[in-house]
Amino acid sequence: MSATLEKGLNAFKEVIDTPIASYFSSCVHCGLCAEACLFYNETGDPKYTPIHKLEPLRRVWKQEYTLLGKLGKMLGLSKPVTDEELTEWEPLVYDSCSMCGRCSLVCPVGNDITYMIRKMREGMSASGHAPEDMKGATKRAIEIGSPMGIKWPAVQAQIKHVQAETDIEVPVDKQGADYLVLMSSMEIINFPEYLSAISRIFKQAGVSWTLAPDAFEATNSGIQIGASDLAREIVSRIVVAAERLKVKCVISPECGHAFTAIRWEGPNLMGKPFGFEVKHILEVLDELHAAGKLKTRGKDKRPLTYHDPCQIARRGGVVEQPRRLLGEVAEDFREMPDAGVMNWCCGGGGGVSANSRAEPLRLEVFKVKKRQIESTGVHTLITACANCRIVMEEGLEHYHMKVEVLGLTELLAEYLVEGE
Amino acid sequence: MNHLDLLTFARGSALNWALIIFVAGTVLRFFEIFGLSRKTDLARPRTDSPGSGWRTMLTRSIPPQGMLKREPVTYIAGYVFHLGLFLAIFFFAPHIEFFRSITGLSWFALPSALVDASVVAAIVALAVLLAHRLNNPVKRMLSGFGDYLAWTVTLLPLLTGYMAYHHLMFEYTLMLSLHIFSVELLLVLLPFTKLFHTFSVFVSRWYNGDFFGRKGVAS
Amino acid sequence: MKPKQMMDTSPGTVGEGLRQRGVTRREFLKFCTAMTGMLALPPSMAKVMAEAISKARRQSVIWLSFQECTGCTESITRSHSPTLETLIFDLISLDYHHTLQAASGAAAEHAREQAMKDNDGKYLLIVDGSIPMGNAGYSCIAGISNYDMLVETAKGAAAIVAVGTCATYGGIPKANPNPTGAVSVADIIKDKPIINVPGCPPIPVVMTGVLTHFLTFGSIPELDALGRPKAFYGETIHDRCYRRPFYDQGKFAETFDDEAARKGWCLFKLGCKGPVTYNACATTKWNEGTSFPIESGHGCIGCSEPNFWDAGPLYKALSMPVSATGSMLGAAAAAGAAAGVAVTWYNRSTKAQAKAAHAKVTVQELTREEK
Repeated sequence: MSATLEKGLNAFKEVIDTPIASYFSSCVHCGLCAEACLFYNETGDPKYTPIHKLEPLRRVWKQEYTLLGKLGKMLGLSKPVTDEELTEWEPLVYDSCSMCGRCSLVCPVGNDITYMIRKMREGMSASGHAPEDMKGATKRAIEIGSPMGIKWPAVQAQIKHVQAETDIEVPVDKQGADYLVLMSSMEIINFPEYLSAISRIFKQAGVSWTLAPDAFEATNSGIQIGASDLAREIVSRIVVAAERLKVKCVISPECGHAFTAIRWEGPNLMGKPFGFEVKHILEVLDELHAAGKLKTRGKDKRPLTYHDPCQIARRGGVVEQPRRLLGEVAEDFREMPDAGVMNWCCGGGGGVSANSRAEPLRLEVFKVKKRQIESTGVHTLITACANCRIVMEEGLEHYHMKVEVLGLTELLAEYLVEGE
Repeated sequence: MNHLDLLTFARGSALNWALIIFVAGTVLRFFEIFGLSRKTDLARPRTDSPGSGWRTMLTRSIPPQGMLKREPVTYIAGYVFHLGLFLAIFFFAPHIEFFRSITGLSWFALPSALVDASVVAAIVALAVLLAHRLNNPVKRMLSGFGDYLAWTVTLLPLLTGYMAYHHLMFEYTLMLSLHIFSVELLLVLLPFTKLFHTFSVFVSRWYNGDFFGRKGVAS
Repeated sequence: MKPKQMMDTSPGTVGEGLRQRGVTRREFLKFCTAMTGMLALPPSMAKVMAEAISKARRQSVIWLSFQECTGCTESITRSHSPTLETLIFDLISLDYHHTLQAASGAAAEHAREQAMKDNDGKYLLIVDGSIPMGNAGYSCIAGISNYDMLVETAKGAAAIVAVGTCATYGGIPKANPNPTGAVSVADIIKDKPIINVPGCPPIPVVMTGVLTHFLTFGSIPELDALGRPKAFYGETIHDRCYRRPFYDQGKFAETFDDEAARKGWCLFKLGCKGPVTYNACATTKWNEGTSFPIESGHGCIGCSEPNFWDAGPLYKALSMPVSATGSMLGAAAAAGAAAGVAVTWYNRSTKAQAKAAHAKVTVQELTREEK
């Protein structure tokens, strides 16, 4: 079996719903979405206009779901969506869109363009028009369990390392634990500080938690490539494990789209509400902090700023929590311009960082982050998404900027007062 | 046909058909949009959200942070145009009589001189917006026949209304007929072009606000 | 030279008229001498002028009345300058008019025929009332249909003055459903100059003013596209209305005799058709300049315009639809809903089919098979 244009067009027809119909009906071609998009802003190329990226989907809507469009189609007056067109649109939909959501906040008629890109990707992937690298990552995620090909033994090795470092046991497969902790491949490979930080913080706060060998991976390539069938398969692993272990809450780690996948798309993919809660690690830490269970001493004297990961802040609603937490451990916290829900994407979300073809573009559009960071004058950047972290490290190096990037959880753990 | 007969036709059967197509077309388009339905969101929404569909319906009219500076022409000319058009349609005494005749409702009118000024502002704004659409690379790329048609059928009622009121160019009765015909053209095309945003904007904004509101963001 | 011989007082001449009014020969010659001087003619022309004027025949006028209400005649009797008396006794020879003539029956028709013969090519034909084309029997005079009499009498006329909206445009008989098949003079006569003097009725001095123009200059005044003299029909009531400042300020009476009406505010909302009506009512007014409808508190009904009876309800403002109603739109909404239900049913089945045709995506199916 293979992907076909028909499957793609079919998927387009499946995903068009009332919101999408209202969005396409309302678009007045004002072009303001382009002004919000980092890809347009940093390149000046009008083809990166967000609503333009949706043109094939719009035509399917018009031709299938409007009376006038249907008449036009019958009379042979409409332009059908072809393979060539989808090939031309592939880089627009995948390379130059991180599903960051800025356009959705800016459109004067209220179009949620990001939502539509996500839906359009269903048709793009079903017709075989997704970037090769992303297909590979998805294949690994489905077949191996993680897009970077990491298996449980690799995690176990990290666990051993962390246990040795912290002298705290990392619970695995603990029935009835309050929290099921997930990690992203990026954290497992590049930032093991996360796991050790979690261990120490939870020990101090007296939080009962566990890892699961069959559900350690939080990322979801299916969401990024836009194939719900695959996204469902990936997220179901977490749901199955959470139900098996009878946890109260699943914690999404420092990763952007993982939060979207499990918190917001998960129940809809599974077709039923969850019997457990889902929280981002920042939310959990903030709750612990509010309850007085997060004890820190001293403050970081370095001037630092915070980058809002798109899926966590703008598309996830976790905006104030990191700031409250940073208030505890930072002496000189500086907000970058446009901080909060209007912050600029690192450029690597939505699968862009997994797409090697998109690398030159991604590095070019990093200029906006460069300007934001430079305007604060800091050399330390805090964030709460491992993908943002790696993308920004690459960008900072590309522009020869001497800025260190840290995860928020890891920073908190540095100032943790233990043994009290 | 003499000018009064033309006017009687414009106010008579031409208007009847234009209104019928407008109303039926609008209802049909709403069915086309809502008929597709939206899957129930099974994810637990945040309970203390600052955002909601109803809120965004209104607040989306305010330019988001940083955007006014980036695109002042689109925002300012856009507002001037919309406000001028709104005042002209709904607050000019003869137009209120039109609405009263069909719905029975009426409301206070603005002084005609004020409406006159807002029409001038609206026309100037439309001219600015056209120039911008032709010169701005993003807008030019996005624009097609539908956009220029919409611009034209929106300009004509403003222009002909102004000309009728001020007795410009053509004989008054004829000018008045042209004004009414231009409105009828607009009515007939509105449901089937991007001009439908007149109504659908409230729906799209609501869904936007609802989506973000569930996640705890006021969009 | 005896002044006696300088005034020709044969019947039907200006000289006779002057004598009847008691103008002496001496006074008449003085007038002609003065006139000669004013026109910078040689003094000897005074005699020539006196002779010519006194000999001049009074203009023969034949007035035909068809499907009319006699309102135009009623109106012309109210003319104050010139008065009707001055007109018919001094300036014209009204050779045929149903209401004003003394004769009746065959004698009246004979007078008409005689005038036509005596003044062939020179008489002025005035017509009021519309002409029925549905059936000649709807309106006949002495057994002659209106159509036949009009065609016959128009043949030898110098010009035709159609007086009143019925003669000029069909008027009230022509109003929907036009049971008599009424048409205007200009619909029938195509080969004679026609001056349209519409109004229901026309203003008295407008009618006499048009006649005076013809008598003085012997020519047709400048006419607009609808054949009306621009001197009287050149501008709309609205443009000359004394209440115009209130229109411009947006001050309107809402109902008859409300506070605003008593203050004399604009009657636009009460259906005034002033903006689309061309007539002299706002300047010349009626009853020797006493008033006109708007000044008396009633909106203009547009009576000097073609088909004004069918131009929408009299009390609906110009900006209101002629016939659209809320219930009509309710029906339109229902029709739209019916179409919407059908379209929705179709759309949903398209979507359901797409769902049914959904091929589960596997990692293999992310790739296109090489053909």
